[in-house]
Amino acid sequence: MTATRSARPAEGTARKTRELSPQPAAATVAVRPVRLGDLDQIVTLDARVTGLEKRSYWQSLYRRYGAPTQAERQFLVAEAGGRVVGFVIGEVRDWEFGSPPCGWVFAIDVHPEARLAGVGARLLSAICAGFRRAGVRKVRTMLSRDNNLILSFFRSQGMMAGPFIPLEMDLES
Amino acid sequence: MRLQKNTSLALYSVLEFASDPSRHISAAEIAEKYGVSPHHLAKVLSELAHAGVVESVRGVGGGYRFAGNARRLTLMDVIGMFEEFSSPEADRTDSGDLTPVGRALGVVLSEIDEIAKATFSSITFATMLRLIERQQRDAAAARATAATRATTRTP
Ligand SMILES: CC(C)(COP(=O)(O)OP(=O)(O)OC[C@H]1O[C@@H](n2cnc3c(N)ncnc32)[C@H](O)[C@@H]1OP(=O)(O)O)[C@@H](O)C(=O)NCCC(=O)NCCS
Repeated sequence: MTATRSARPAEGTARKTRELSPQPAAATVAVRPVRLGDLDQIVTLDARVTGLEKRSYWQSLYRRYGAPTQAERQFLVAEAGGRVVGFVIGEVRDWEFGSPPCGWVFAIDVHPEARLAGVGARLLSAICAGFRRAGVRKVRTMLSRDNNLILSFFRSQGMMAGPFIPLEMDLES
Repeated sequence: MRLQKNTSLALYSVLEFASDPSRHISAAEIAEKYGVSPHHLAKVLSELAHAGVVESVRGVGGGYRFAGNARRLTLMDVIGMFEEFSSPEADRTDSGDLTPVGRALGVVLSEIDEIAKATFSSITFATMLRLIERQQRDAAAARATAATRATTRTP
């Protein structure tokens, strides 16, 4: 970043700072382990958020993460009024690149109509409680830096940049 | 990385205001707290008022108070009022920039810019206030531990 800018108002800031929607009253939401019968709603929710339907992917995630007996793997849903309004998935990963075991959150989604009512925060705190029960004291995630919504969410919950930097490259054919 | 002086002043000020939205604070009070000239700060505050982040309060005491939404206003919103993140492709037009070496350096610099931008854009003032609180708590806890150690050492 460089260059002083003659201070001029950032477009949209005033509008943005004034659109104060009050926090909706926290609905009666229950967070519980996923059940087979939730999968259809999860597939639909994911398709709505990402624009891609991936039924077999979700079935395989269910098989790997859905067993409620394993403390290291968690697939939780938030239910309100008999409907799935969100889910979170994560697992304990051991000694990756020499780092002590930690909890990884690798998917979280809240139904667009149920957002901003604390459901995301409830899901994250439930999975963190599970990680604590599994004996880890740190939780990590990896996000696209273009996804400001989800970055803001995790930051609001107290997450900061960790000591790792993600790297990648294209594999030449 | 360092922010320019006006930018830092704007962030300090918005954090002061946002920490107690009902309170009117004068430019002089903030200027004294952060050791800057009230004249300098006045310009920053009027810019923030122009953007609707604070509003001036008339009458006895005067000053400004917070007028934004701390849960949605991000550090980037305020930083962007005072300085610009260069978009390297457009700005890097010196002859050196167009050489292979200059281009490669541009790629590295833009990587850093992108990370900084994503960071500033995802931290709201509410998140910052929580961070400040947490640091104060940690500092108090560290002081308490140090004090306990000191008293147990000197009976
Ligand atoms: C991110 C997400 C999980 C948040 O769920 P949510 O139920 O709306 O979150 P909460 O209501 O618990 O919000 C908690 C905090 O997150 C932050 N936050 C949430 N939505 C935000 C938004 N639109 N803008 C800024 N901050 C936001 C706020 O700080 C909020 O606290 P506040 O309401 O006190 O301001 C949800 O928006 C979502 O599913 N987004 C899509 C995720 C996605 O892209 N998934 C695919 C990749 S895994």
